[in-house]
Amino acid sequence: MDFPEDNRPDPDALLQSIRRTEETESKAKLKIFFGMSAGVGKTYDMLKAAHDAKAHGIDVVVGIVETHGRSETEALLEGLVILPRKTVEYRGTRIDEMDIDAILARRPKLVLVDELAHTNAPGSRHAKRYMDVGEILDSGIDVYSTLNVQHIESRADAVAQITGTVVRETVPDSILERADEVELIDISPDELLARLAEGKVYSPDRSKKAVESFFRLGNLTALREMSLRLTAERVDRQLRDYMRTNRIPGPWKSGQRLLVGMSGSPHSVHLIRWARRMAFTLDASWLAVHVESSATPSQAEKDLLAKNIKLARELGAEIVTTADENVGDALIRVARQENCTQILIGKPRPGTFQKSARLLQELIDKSGDLDVHVIGGEGDAKPGRRLASLLEAHSGVRQYIGAGAVPLLVAAACFPLKDLIEYQTVSLILLFTVALLPLRFGMGPVLLAAAMSAIAWDFLFIPPVFTFSVSRVPDILMLLMYFCIALVLGVLTSRTRAQERAVRIREGRAVALYTLSRDLSLARTKDAVAEAAVANIKKFFDADVVLCLGQTDGDIFTAPHPASTLAVTGKDLSVAAWVYWNEKQAGRFTDTLPSASATYYPMSGPRYPLGVLGVSLKGDAKLSIDQETLLENFIRQIASAVERETLNDITKKAVVVEESEKLYKTLFNSISHEMRTPLSAIIGASETLLDDAVSERASTRHELTREIHDAAARLNRLVENLLDMTRLESGLIRPKLEWCDVRDLINSAVAKTAAELSGFRVGIDTPGDILLIRIDFALMEQVLTNLLLNASFYTPAGSEILVRAAGDGNECEITVADNGPGLPPDALEKVFDKFFRVPGSRTGGTGLGLSIARGFVEAHRGTIKAENRPGGGLRFVIRLPLEKYPVPESR
Amino acid sequence: MSVSSASPPVLIIEDEPQIRRLLQLTLESNGFRVHQASSGGDGLARSATDRPEAVVLDLGLPDMDGIEVLKQIRSRSTVPVLILSVRNSEQDVISCLNAGADDYLMKPFRQGELVARVKAAIRHRQQPETRGAIIAGPVTVDLDARVVKRRGEIVRLTGTEYALLALFVRNAGRVLTHRYILEQVWGPAYAEESQYTRVYVGQLRKKLEDDPANPQLIVTESGIGYRFAV
Repeated sequence: MDFPEDNRPDPDALLQSIRRTEETESKAKLKIFFGMSAGVGKTYDMLKAAHDAKAHGIDVVVGIVETHGRSETEALLEGLVILPRKTVEYRGTRIDEMDIDAILARRPKLVLVDELAHTNAPGSRHAKRYMDVGEILDSGIDVYSTLNVQHIESRADAVAQITGTVVRETVPDSILERADEVELIDISPDELLARLAEGKVYSPDRSKKAVESFFRLGNLTALREMSLRLTAERVDRQLRDYMRTNRIPGPWKSGQRLLVGMSGSPHSVHLIRWARRMAFTLDASWLAVHVESSATPSQAEKDLLAKNIKLARELGAEIVTTADENVGDALIRVARQENCTQILIGKPRPGTFQKSARLLQELIDKSGDLDVHVIGGEGDAKPGRRLASLLEAHSGVRQYIGAGAVPLLVAAACFPLKDLIEYQTVSLILLFTVALLPLRFGMGPVLLAAAMSAIAWDFLFIPPVFTFSVSRVPDILMLLMYFCIALVLGVLTSRTRAQERAVRIREGRAVALYTLSRDLSLARTKDAVAEAAVANIKKFFDADVVLCLGQTDGDIFTAPHPASTLAVTGKDLSVAAWVYWNEKQAGRFTDTLPSASATYYPMSGPRYPLGVLGVSLKGDAKLSIDQETLLENFIRQIASAVERETLNDITKKAVVVEESEKLYKTLFNSISHEMRTPLSAIIGASETLLDDAVSERASTRHELTREIHDAAARLNRLVENLLDMTRLESGLIRPKLEWCDVRDLINSAVAKTAAELSGFRVGIDTPGDILLIRIDFALMEQVLTNLLLNASFYTPAGSEILVRAAGDGNECEITVADNGPGLPPDALEKVFDKFFRVPGSRTGGTGLGLSIARGFVEAHRGTIKAENRPGGGLRFVIRLPLEKYPVPESR
Repeated sequence: MSVSSASPPVLIIEDEPQIRRLLQLTLESNGFRVHQASSGGDGLARSATDRPEAVVLDLGLPDMDGIEVLKQIRSRSTVPVLILSVRNSEQDVISCLNAGADDYLMKPFRQGELVARVKAAIRHRQQPETRGAIIAGPVTVDLDARVVKRRGEIVRLTGTEYALLALFVRNAGRVLTHRYILEQVWGPAYAEESQYTRVYVGQLRKKLEDDPANPQLIVTESGIGYRFAV
């Protein structure tokens, strides 16, 4: 671990500090009026501050304020805008809650939200009021709120210890860190008690009860100390931040990193809170590590573990889950990987088969330069209950019964044969059975089975039979040896199998991630990414998935991606939309909008959200911890693939824009020339015609009219070319395929260009019999027309133009050949580019005809190329796929 | 050829004044009386009051779809309707022909072509039932006797081939869409089997045309269908 050698601020820390400042400047501000208990005057002070703000012209509204009937407080509400509350129906009772939507819609500068730790009525958007506040802040509205020290998560159990009251409504410590200002409302316990006695806090009868239970002088003093210390810690931290940013030399504590081991034990809660306090004091980052082993945890343990992980996350820990049979090794490994400096674990408790004690010893032995803290517990579970729960926890009663029964059954089966086979042989059969058991059962049941088998062998087979007594010394030895071997066998095979299973699970995860990343990297479009994502999640989680991808410009989606396998209603879509804008998890099994049918996870991007992924396991089950971790990895990978494709799209769009700008310029230059020439011919000729003196001469009149006609025809060709080009460029070409006779096609194209081809010898060479191809007649006719016009334009009059068509079963080949000058080799491919002209070629023509021809042919999944003929001249070869057509029945 | 009056009235429904003027000039110089309408609504009104013997209908009208105008005209009259359209809108033309239009012209068109089409359309309306022997180039078709001769020699046709030829002959000069031909000859279930018409038209051409590769009798209308030339 690197400690700074000089007084230079750590760049990372500096950056963080700057970021924090930036965030606070740009973001809405949260001020918390903080006190040791109810009745110190937090709400009162908050309302006074609100009046001050209002006097400064700030738009203040009251989101929710509870006056508890205190007249002084009520008086202060006057003159403030109070937003109406929202009534939530829950099991017949009507509960008034703060209306967050009304606040967001009203958009004041500042909103007052009393009692930050409040739990919302079921069916509200968020489970807790502090989450509402988070959303309000995110939307840029400042918040004043109130909070008591006992509601802070990391202090909850300390409070419970001091006052004997278990606090249910807690807020994570991070909300205090998020606060820009924490104002401690402090009065002495004596004063508070005096106020209670005067009935300023509660009504007289409630006051009496309160003083007897919670508001005892001792309690209040302790709570006061706690709140003062918390505020002091905060101030201390701010000072450190300030010192660091401003290069003031001081005791640098940076670089510390804590690791706390947690499990599905109730003891871990205390441990996690401890770690959080320590991390805060040390100004260190911390991670909470859970080590999975082969033992199957009970449902209660799983639930508790999920709760612990949630708690750790709320308290600001990074969560790491790893699989290992040896917890100590795993903790050390993670600590080294993550550059942790200190490890926190719980104190081993009595009655745990010395397992924890061994863990502790190992951990200390292997820790090297790492500090290891062992944290004491807060009251133990009763030993009797522990043992039972230990047995249950690992394998469940049924497994024990099953495993115990197997050797008994085998022994019973062998019993009739005991005269045939020696009783020593029976021991081998039983040993074999025990060796097989780990395939099906956990370690505990196998050990039980080993013991049962020894007892059964002794009772049924070792003489004297039907007694537990063993008469011969060799038999005693054999029984002892048998017992040892069975146990060792059971332990070894169980352990091997467990390890194998752990490896398999890890492997499974690795394979899942590998498959996903391979599929994602193969996906070349956003849609393909979506399909790969949905397919993989479906495969590895057996879940239905709904995927909503944001627009390329960051705008919200309008409908789920068609690859989604879960059909969702409008309500779920609005949950997804909430997740999209807030970039927070919501939906089923979360605290936010839990009535949705799936759990929705945000996919965050660098600039704006990328999308939302909703997952619903078959049978409405909840994701397990390791599934959750795997899914998070999945989502991260999917998000980066989506981001990759989004950036790709943006780049592509930019290229298209650039190209179309270039095209536009070329088009403009070319077209203005191409249009003006025939237009000036038409205008000139018609003006002359209007002149009576000229138009009297029949021959002149005829000639001028021909000029106009030719110019108009040229103009018409240009317009049609432009229209075709536009259709091609816009991607609107959808060939309407119909069966056509190639001979029809060629005749039609030649007939259309008859006027232009009048000075040429045109040869048509088509098969004698019908040759049907599936094409869009009009489009392919245009292709041939363009090729014929091209030939007529660039070859000297009197040349020969030959159109050939032939089919060979798979392909139809149409060629248009001339005997003109041909093309320089490097131009053979370029002639199909827009506006390409062979240097030195004759002017006129749009430079679009061949480009259109290629576009149309390719729309038919065909190819077109230009080649010089061996005997001189140019040849265009079109190849179109031939399909078998159903032969009509004859009547 | 005879028309009902010396100068049969023709209604032009077209929004472009310049094209309207051109059409009027061309048609009037060929002996027609011309009524004009510049919108679909106007055209529908005039088609009822002016009793035209033919209607020239442009598909790109400002107030309503050309095909809508056509359908409303058809709902109360059998007056021949010619469609004016632009290239790349073959599908609209086909829809119109299937909805009862008699013929079509793609802009830009030659004026002579227009006059010929209008005349053919009027003539066809006046002789709805074609009977007896029809002579087209080297081919004679006797619809009563069901005999087809080419240069005096009897041509043997299969049943389907004859049905197809008879359809062409009865509608001589008119453009027939593939769909229409398929429905008439093979039945509505075969309306999409466009290869049938190609194959049978190919066979007919082989038997009837002087140069089957360059047909003069059964002419292909690109992207639309066929026309039997007389």
